[in-house]
Amino acid sequence: MTITEKILARASGKSVVSPDEVVFGNVDNVMMHDVSGPGVIKILTEWEKKGNKFDRVWDPDKVWISEDHFVPASDRISAENVALLSRWAKKFEIRRHFKYGLGQYGICHTLSHEEGLVLPGQLYVGGDSHTNTTGATGAFATGLGHTDIAYVLMKGKIWFKVPHTLLFKLHGKKPAYIMAKDMILHIIADIGIEGANYKSMQFTGNIVKEMCMEERLTLTNMSTEAGAKSGIIEPDSVTYDYINTRTTSNYSPIHGDDNAQYLDVYDYEIDKLEPTVAKPFSPANISTARELESIEIDKAYIGSCTGAKLEDLRMSARLLEGKKVKVRTEVLPAAQSIYFKALKEGLIEIFMQAGAVVGPPTCGACCGAHMGVLAKDEVCISTTNRNFPGRMGHVDSKTYLASPLVVAASALKGRITDPRDLEN
Amino acid sequence: MNIKKGRVHKYNRDNIDTDVIIPGPYLKIHDPKELASHAMEGIDPGFHTTVTPGDFLLCGGNFGCGSSREHAPIALSTLGIRAILAPSFARIFYRNAVDGGYLLPIEIERSTLEQIDDGNMIDIDFENYRIINLDKNGESYTIKPLSDMIIKIVEAGGLLYYSDDEKGFAS
Repeated sequence: MTITEKILARASGKSVVSPDEVVFGNVDNVMMHDVSGPGVIKILTEWEKKGNKFDRVWDPDKVWISEDHFVPASDRISAENVALLSRWAKKFEIRRHFKYGLGQYGICHTLSHEEGLVLPGQLYVGGDSHTNTTGATGAFATGLGHTDIAYVLMKGKIWFKVPHTLLFKLHGKKPAYIMAKDMILHIIADIGIEGANYKSMQFTGNIVKEMCMEERLTLTNMSTEAGAKSGIIEPDSVTYDYINTRTTSNYSPIHGDDNAQYLDVYDYEIDKLEPTVAKPFSPANISTARELESIEIDKAYIGSCTGAKLEDLRMSARLLEGKKVKVRTEVLPAAQSIYFKALKEGLIEIFMQAGAVVGPPTCGACCGAHMGVLAKDEVCISTTNRNFPGRMGHVDSKTYLASPLVVAASALKGRITDPRDLEN
Repeated sequence: MNIKKGRVHKYNRDNIDTDVIIPGPYLKIHDPKELASHAMEGIDPGFHTTVTPGDFLLCGGNFGCGSSREHAPIALSTLGIRAILAPSFARIFYRNAVDGGYLLPIEIERSTLEQIDDGNMIDIDFENYRIINLDKNGESYTIKPLSDMIIKIVEAGGLLYYSDDEKGFAS
């Protein structure tokens, strides 16, 4: 069995599971945020209105809550949603509730690894499509809607169709200025944005093994953009070192069998990969950055669970240091702890000296919520994950997706720029 | 299955994503009627004024890709859309549509997309897995059989109201 099959087997109390089999998995961790949470609460309230009882969560210690999409509260409706979530969490004794202005908070998918909330071998579900991100730590992590999260809160389990696994082997020597974002955009373009629908994407190969945890998280995060049910990387010493500095909890990692069956195996030689950009209006619509150097931009956005981890901030700062941006540039660290680390490393000063605005952790403009959404016809290059019509603002705005290095280089030139060409 | 004949609203393009079905700024809203007034806004802002309860959506492949927002099937079902016909669906949208008991995602052949026109009246025969086009002399097209479980969950009004035990989920 693959790692994914073995996690689902363990979670469902079976010795063996096979792809396409429907199983009920016991959930180790469940997350909701200020968008999915109020939706879940509404489902539970309607359940009660119909004469049913919901007076306790199956296990309050397995639930955690983040405030991330419309925070700091962007308007009165958002404030009400955040307040509703707080009242609900208090009533149901949810202790792991990350609130802005009260110490650590940030984007749910970032807190998940940054705080060591989800552990290798676990079955984790979240009320957000990018829950796949957390699979980089060796967990089965998948996104669900309001109803399914409500069901988990009641019963602690949920049905899954065991997914087939696609194995992506990334080999070779990583060229300078190439990041995980370039690699995953290529993979999505190859298999298409429906290419992994209902399937798990597993990443391996020497390139992945040599990556730090935060780069690995970019691969699993963007597996969502190929339609994947989950993205996963087998845990190794990088995983354990990362997790063990963040939690003292015990965990039981799971590894796939040597004779595991994969639906397809894809080999990628990374040696000749070039800095890559996904054009509007699909993450699969790629070109090299050089092919797009005539595209002028209005804005550069460094944010989101995909592109505002500490490593992403370090990479962008490396290019921005001592220089000035030519277009409006926004930096939103993905969590309070990352903001603080960036501050101590001097990265925030680099961004501010360069002229960028540094904002509080939030999903913000990545999903068109607030904090710098785009006007009609505006063009943005962004470290985020989606560029569908209207994703970051007006339906006639345009978002180009790229790595933090390409976004920083483009901010300096005011047009899409390959970081290798910065000296020209 | 309690789905009667209805009129088709056709958007013949692939990858109609959740940002199109219900744009991000409305995610803070949880009133179904208000969500419904913004349904499909990214592609057709007037859509909500054209739907009669019982109508169908006919769309290209990978319908509902993107976010896990349950707002998307809520907005469409509140308007009265009872089923969506498409060659394929993104997984979270499919799951939300069924588990929330909102509407039926029905998988069709890609060729059927060309054969049914916007505005056609159709009927769905779940016993024989066929769509009947009442505006084309009863021309009919196959649909992918839905598992009993899927139909029963939607008929029950969603997963919470479906079954207390796991027997109902045997595949």
